[in-house]
Amino acid sequence: MPDSFKKKLKLKVSAINNGTVIDHIPSENLFKVISILGLQNVKSQITFGANFESEKLGSKAIIKLSDVFFEDDEINKISLIARNAKLNIIRDYEVVEKRVVVVPDEIIGIVKCFNPKCITNNEEMTTNFIVISKNPLDLKCKYCEKITHEDQMVIK
Amino acid sequence: MKKKDLISITDYSKEDYLRILELAGDFEKHPNQRLLEGKVAASLFFEPSTRTRLSFETAINRLGGRIIGFSDAGSSSVSKGETLHDTIRMVSNYVDLIVMRHPLEGSARYAAEVADVPVINAGDGANQHPTQTLLDMYSILKTQGTLDNINIFMIGDLKYGRTVHSLLMALSEFENPIFNFIAPEELAMPEEYKLFLKEKGIRYFEHTEINDNINHADIIYMTRVQKERFMDPIEYEKVKNVYILRNNMLDNTKPNVRILHPLPRINEIHTDVDANQKAYYFEQARNGVFVRQAIISHILNLK
Repeated sequence: MPDSFKKKLKLKVSAINNGTVIDHIPSENLFKVISILGLQNVKSQITFGANFESEKLGSKAIIKLSDVFFEDDEINKISLIARNAKLNIIRDYEVVEKRVVVVPDEIIGIVKCFNPKCITNNEEMTTNFIVISKNPLDLKCKYCEKITHEDQMVIK
Repeated sequence: MKKKDLISITDYSKEDYLRILELAGDFEKHPNQRLLEGKVAASLFFEPSTRTRLSFETAINRLGGRIIGFSDAGSSSVSKGETLHDTIRMVSNYVDLIVMRHPLEGSARYAAEVADVPVINAGDGANQHPTQTLLDMYSILKTQGTLDNINIFMIGDLKYGRTVHSLLMALSEFENPIFNFIAPEELAMPEEYKLFLKEKGIRYFEHTEINDNINHADIIYMTRVQKERFMDPIEYEKVKNVYILRNNMLDNTKPNVRILHPLPRINEIHTDVDANQKAYYFEQARNGVFVRQAIISHILNLK
């Protein structure tokens, strides 16, 4: 069997008719991405794959979602944990659009403030940060005004 | 109309500062003005702070308002496990204004979101204490006649001392300030504030000891080295007696220099300084009442 045909066959297995493919997710963050996007509530067909070889990431994960399309501010939520994620928008089995995620200027929820004395770590409430640097990430807490650096970031 | 709060000193503009300082001058001349007649203010002290609480409650009384509240969390529903959210929602139904002190950072900002009435932050942990900053500014204005061209020496705990950070931000709004920092290495002014000054093109100098350098000062701002800020008690013992201001150090200082301290003092200003006319910390505390009257009037649009 020629290689090109094999490749096509392999793709066929999980190809979707209409929907979104999220590629280049770091494998270790797959479940966080699922949780941030609330995919547990999606009723249409979803395929998850993890630990694929990736030149860029070493190991990557992929999510294929049938009949699901994201608004920018929705998908950008995953930028904190999947910086290099790429979206392929599929219509009628064809990639009609490719998108990258960007870090938003404000981050609501998702991240924990690193400051143990911050009210957000002591009361049931939503965190809120202003992004003061995107690379490396620096998030200023709207409440305690302390800066959570990328290496201190914990996803809620 | 959107309600006004005072949570962080940087929420306010230079115009707001000047308006409040002008009002404070008026209250100093006429302290008893019954502008809060018929109004109720909540004084919610989730941790004790006698000086700040009494200053606020005096200000409210002099304005003719009534006060409800508590002076430590033990005597409130917090001891039963009530959330801050619920306490504030409940109190906000009863009063026209909330003054709150809380040990957790960011608690005042959160309370302001939850409350329908204005919130004044009387200290949220190591974060902000904006009314202290305004009374510091009032004390500088009153003793120097201006907030421009001030050469200020900040001495002691410049790392954790929230009052020096807020005062630095506020004074940076005025013309040509010069900052001098004297602190042990462990308690040096954090990089972020030095970077802030650099970006604004404001001059600052760092020193490791108190010597003749203070002879250039217009304001000497002393702070307490707080034991509770140290993880390691040995580190505290090493630095606690390093920066003590004594009367003989002031011999060659400028005649207009005034010594400020947010109080309480432990030993960082020797008692032999108290009688020197350059000592201003007790008057500074007195100014706190006028400034808080001014802040309340500004926030509630009473004047």
